[in-house]
Amino acid sequence: MSHPVSIDAPVRDTVHATFVVNGERREIAFAPHKTLLEVLREDLALTGTKHGCELGECGTCTVLVDGVPVLSCLALALAYRDRAIETVEGMAAGNTLHPLQDAFAELGAAQCGYCTPGFLLTAKALLDANPNPTRAEIVDALSGNLCRCTGYLKIFEAVERARDAGCGMRDAKSGTAERREARGGDRDTTGDNRDAHAGARDPVATNASGRRRNGGKRS
Amino acid sequence: MLRLPRFTYLEPLSLDDAIRMRAESGDDASFVAGGTDLYPNMKRRQQTPRTVIALQRVRELQAITGTPRDGMTIGAGVTLTALGAHPVIAEHYPAVAHAAAVVSTPLLRNMGTIGGNLLLDTRCNYYDQTYEWRKAIHFCMKKDGEICWVAPSSPRCWAVQSSDGVPVAVAIGAEVTLASARGERRIPAAELYNNDGMRYLTKAPDELLVAYHLPPAGDATRTEGRWRATYHKLRRRGSFDFPVLGVAARVDFNDDDTVRTARIVLGGVASYPMEIPEAARAIAGQRLDAATIAAAADAAYRPAKPMDNTDFTLSWRKDMVRVYVQRALAEIADPGRLARASGAA
Amino acid sequence: MKSESQAVPASRIPPPASRAVVGTPRRKVDATAKVTGELRFADDLVLPRMLHCKLLRSRLPYGKILRIDTSKAEAHPGVVAVMTGEALPIPFGILPVSQDEHALARDVVRFVGDPVAAVAALDEDAAAEACDLIEIEYEPLAAITSIEDGIAHPSPQLHDYADDGNVHKQIALEFGNVDEAMNDADLVREDVFFYEGNTHLPMEQHAAMAHWSPDGKITLWSSTQTPHYLHRALAKVLEMNPAHVRVVAMPNGGGFGGKSDPFSHEIVVAALARATGRPVKICLTREEVFYCHRGRHPVLMWVKTGVKRDGSIVAMDFKSFLDGGAYGSYGVASTYYTGALQTVTYQVPTYRFRGARVFTNKPPCGPKRGHGTPQPRFALEVQLDKIADELGLDPAEMRLRTLQPANSVTANWLRIGSMGLGPCIEAVVKASDWKNKFRTLPFGRGVGIACSSYISGAGLPIYWNSMPHSGVQLRLDRSGGVAVFCGSIDIGQGSDSVLAYCVAEVLGIDPLDIRIVSGDTDITPVDLGSYSSRVTMMTGNAAIQAAERARTLLTDAVSEKTGIPRERVAFGGRRVFDVEDPDRGVSFAEASQMAEAKYGTIGTTGSYTPARSPGRYKGAGVGPSPAYSYSCAVAEVDVDRESGIVHVPKVWIAHDIGQAINPMLAIGQVEGSVYMGLGEALMEEMTYRDAQRNMVHHHPSMLEYKSPTTFEMCDVETFLIEEPDPEGPFGAKEVGQGPLLPIPPAVANAVYDAVGVRVDEVPCSPHKVLKALKDKMKGKDGRYGPSHVPAYAFPEPARILTPAQGGNGRELDERPHSEVGGGVH
Repeated sequence: MSHPVSIDAPVRDTVHATFVVNGERREIAFAPHKTLLEVLREDLALTGTKHGCELGECGTCTVLVDGVPVLSCLALALAYRDRAIETVEGMAAGNTLHPLQDAFAELGAAQCGYCTPGFLLTAKALLDANPNPTRAEIVDALSGNLCRCTGYLKIFEAVERARDAGCGMRDAKSGTAERREARGGDRDTTGDNRDAHAGARDPVATNASGRRRNGGKRS
Repeated sequence: MLRLPRFTYLEPLSLDDAIRMRAESGDDASFVAGGTDLYPNMKRRQQTPRTVIALQRVRELQAITGTPRDGMTIGAGVTLTALGAHPVIAEHYPAVAHAAAVVSTPLLRNMGTIGGNLLLDTRCNYYDQTYEWRKAIHFCMKKDGEICWVAPSSPRCWAVQSSDGVPVAVAIGAEVTLASARGERRIPAAELYNNDGMRYLTKAPDELLVAYHLPPAGDATRTEGRWRATYHKLRRRGSFDFPVLGVAARVDFNDDDTVRTARIVLGGVASYPMEIPEAARAIAGQRLDAATIAAAADAAYRPAKPMDNTDFTLSWRKDMVRVYVQRALAEIADPGRLARASGAA
Repeated sequence: MKSESQAVPASRIPPPASRAVVGTPRRKVDATAKVTGELRFADDLVLPRMLHCKLLRSRLPYGKILRIDTSKAEAHPGVVAVMTGEALPIPFGILPVSQDEHALARDVVRFVGDPVAAVAALDEDAAAEACDLIEIEYEPLAAITSIEDGIAHPSPQLHDYADDGNVHKQIALEFGNVDEAMNDADLVREDVFFYEGNTHLPMEQHAAMAHWSPDGKITLWSSTQTPHYLHRALAKVLEMNPAHVRVVAMPNGGGFGGKSDPFSHEIVVAALARATGRPVKICLTREEVFYCHRGRHPVLMWVKTGVKRDGSIVAMDFKSFLDGGAYGSYGVASTYYTGALQTVTYQVPTYRFRGARVFTNKPPCGPKRGHGTPQPRFALEVQLDKIADELGLDPAEMRLRTLQPANSVTANWLRIGSMGLGPCIEAVVKASDWKNKFRTLPFGRGVGIACSSYISGAGLPIYWNSMPHSGVQLRLDRSGGVAVFCGSIDIGQGSDSVLAYCVAEVLGIDPLDIRIVSGDTDITPVDLGSYSSRVTMMTGNAAIQAAERARTLLTDAVSEKTGIPRERVAFGGRRVFDVEDPDRGVSFAEASQMAEAKYGTIGTTGSYTPARSPGRYKGAGVGPSPAYSYSCAVAEVDVDRESGIVHVPKVWIAHDIGQAINPMLAIGQVEGSVYMGLGEALMEEMTYRDAQRNMVHHHPSMLEYKSPTTFEMCDVETFLIEEPDPEGPFGAKEVGQGPLLPIPPAVANAVYDAVGVRVDEVPCSPHKVLKALKDKMKGKDGRYGPSHVPAYAFPEPARILTPAQGGNGRELDERPHSEVGGGVH
């Protein structure tokens, strides 16, 4: 990245940018004031990422960025355009569920299933960083994700089951690989910036939610 | 879905860029680092800057430098997770690390920065609400309205200082560096704050907090300058919640283990980090024992006047000042008592 | 309604030993979709040309609408339609007796958050901006702020149909002669309790999308627990042929009762879709979810109980005052429920109940997990703890001695079937080491015990009709697969899975072979919905009946084709075989083909209607159930004497479930109930600012509504007590709600054991504990709680003789009355 970015959202309807989501590079046009949550759900049609408050107060919208769990509702999408983003849709390897997904299904850790993607990703980050967490470490790591159905106990047990299956060890490696790929993406981010500028100069609404109204008319 | 208003987004890659962009953006601009304070406030229309200058790619703000012996400097863009887990900080400045580690949730700490934490907007039951909610009470003086609902006859805003990091920064005598197009200045953290819910910072709007400077550590090998500090946080739940009371204390010891000086600072009871010199005087020159600690706790209890701006009842929060100051000093007297017992959970 | 039960006799279902599916832990049928993010919730739906809807809500707690000007909103870029109450004149409401809501307020707004206008626009931003441009002129009215306020100010009435001024509903019932019986008591206690309101807080915010077809049909997808009732409300308000209205209930991201009413936003998007000819979607913000509410009523209670020296109850006199909020919702039923289930745990030979629900200018209360019963259960269980203390009895033993017997009828005419509370008490007393802990732990640590009971489905539907409560249709095909159609809706409790398990068990196939189609009013037979813990009981029985009928068809066909005698045909392991020569047989798919060849396409139906309750008095419709579950919990607490903060490290809980269909799911329901009960016991509160501040919600956010995090959750040791109930599918009873009930009183009783003070309120906040501790140190009685209930003149109670008095279940001065179809939750 070689130069700063300036995007005038009140004037520009959409911008172009490229995101690395679940290992895939996706170029999209979107409104620049959108959060990562909104872009994932509305512009990339990845509705596995849920939302419960949009204010960072529940953890439901958690995704991984470079392996670190963050609140996608408080992440301005533009700021994450060259980072490796992982959503629940990227957890399974082909037809094989991630050990955490398997354990959540097997032990009933997903009741209504709405908070589940956030818990899965937070737990994945934990096991990737610490393959052998204690119950106390699990409780601590998951303390930013609210669940109203389970009382958390089955979720703790599921993380422990995945831990005991050696999931952290295995994933630590694949996580590294993903991050390496993302760094590869890093080199391309100047291109992203160019895209962003190009988009800013030539706004085209192509997103899924049919956003065509130009905010500039109102600003 | 609650959404952000529209704004101009600037993304500088260097400190110089950031300061230049801010200078060029006029008054209606905000810096943003983690976004965990600004973006919720923008979604609720408490703040609607025309320009947002994002700092996450400014490398100068990411570093932790220095040594415990000479003092350390933490870049304002260091995340609370990184600060809380930093091995040197955790060993030599446990109160700083602990205060970072008890902010909100692990997810939020992965995004939120120490700079943002030190500049956290004051909070209030009548202010940290959506636009529609605030409209129903005809707003409040902190944003769009006329009166302070906490004290309707008061000419000022009583929004409350709610950062965990701030009382610690003041108690340990940390400093901050502020930068703007006019240059840099370094001031004691204590001088950064006003007892006013609206103008709660002394810094100019265009000044960027770039660094947080910790003094030489209290456990440095020298016996001279030996000090210990701690932070005790009271909140409803063990996660998510802002402090309804934060007690930060630094006690400097003489060679004979008597208290040379002390600084006891309360968060969550005023619009600024409230230092209680009476409490420090109660232990100065004496050993920390049950009696002197109780005297200090009592001294802290009297001036603390919680208002209707957080969770819990006022009288209980005031009662807890005594309990939490006592516990903080007891921990300093006996560091074996771990700070992690703090919090309502 | 038929008077006999349609439950399948136990003899026709596989005996426990040979069951392949029921009773074994296994994954839910939708588990994979839930862990991969593939399961689509309502807000995940997108249609081409879809518009986004936002509601403008009242900013006044009470006021007349003088003028609405939508012109600026209509002119706003991106806005396609603006709608006000004029467009939707027909009122609705979940209960036929309280059709008091309008989708958009017409003349009067009744709480901050009451919907007034709606905008459909190209995106959510434009819709929100346009809402802010709608100008409304109000004439403010003095808000009713509390129960006391509502009783003191009978006019103006929030609703003119209320029983008495602003008392929405008043109830007075007496079973036996309470005053006379009190004279026989060795001890009479009077206590006053308060249970603060709280809300469901499902993680998923309510969302709905509507699609209008030019041929005059509408489809509404919604996160609703009650698609059938929503279907009725939509057809009514939109004045449409119900056959042209389709409601598809999407999987609920948590319900807990909060998605059981037809809501304004559901009707509005349907109306906007019709008005614009485009799909319209709305997803509420978290703040709006608080305004939908329908959560736990704040209830102020007075209870006077007379007991013998051994703790057995001779009489109970109970008054409840409910803060109902601005609309009826399920409130009539809620009010009855605050008095209905006191009698089903311990013998209460004479009983008087008086209840009043008051309209106030707040979001409407309704059914939350346990609907109307956690509040009186808290009062009863804490009072019994006080009684045991006063009599010097062990509260666990005292309860064990006075249990209501199985197969009995209570004083208020509820028919009890199986009753496993005794084993529940014994299980937790043993596991918690109760005998060595009660009154012996060091100061600051304590244990408390409490019991409870809950219905397995309401005995009556919400609107009067004599049709089944649940219907199931099966379609068998040549592949060996089975499709199950049912109107029920999975809100996370696993109802789709329970359907699959029941059918798989009867037909000897794997749950994976079954396709569940649920909650679609165009496609699935009616089920009344996911409320009142009715789904396993009612859909389970309907599914068993449908599967039994399919099995009969396959048995006949296989017998005819293979020569295996009918009575020896068995089903299992995806085969249909000779039970005396298991190698002789055909695959289930082949059996299906034989049946199809013999009968044509194979489809069967099953349905379930609960048996008629023996109660015939007005109000007897609330409380009856096919079966009652029972729970007992011991909570251990740490109380910080300096702060009053209560920490709960562990709960032991036993639940009489009859038979667990899937023990893993059952334990999940118990743990979730303990969690929610713990939140209510310690910190959750739905409260409001005063009239000066316009009665705004105190804190309509996830941050300030205190939902326990991983740190606050206690360890839970769960025991499932399995004493099959003859009414239940495979003997099963409910588990989704009952285990919440004992938690608040168990915690309160444990706090008393720990530090000797009584907090006669929920939640047990630290300032209350500390105040009681300080009072106690000053020599006062160490109690925090309300001192009295309003002096409200209830009408003379209707007198009903108890079964023991030889009554017939009717009121003594028999006067004709219309049936109250208020059997809910």
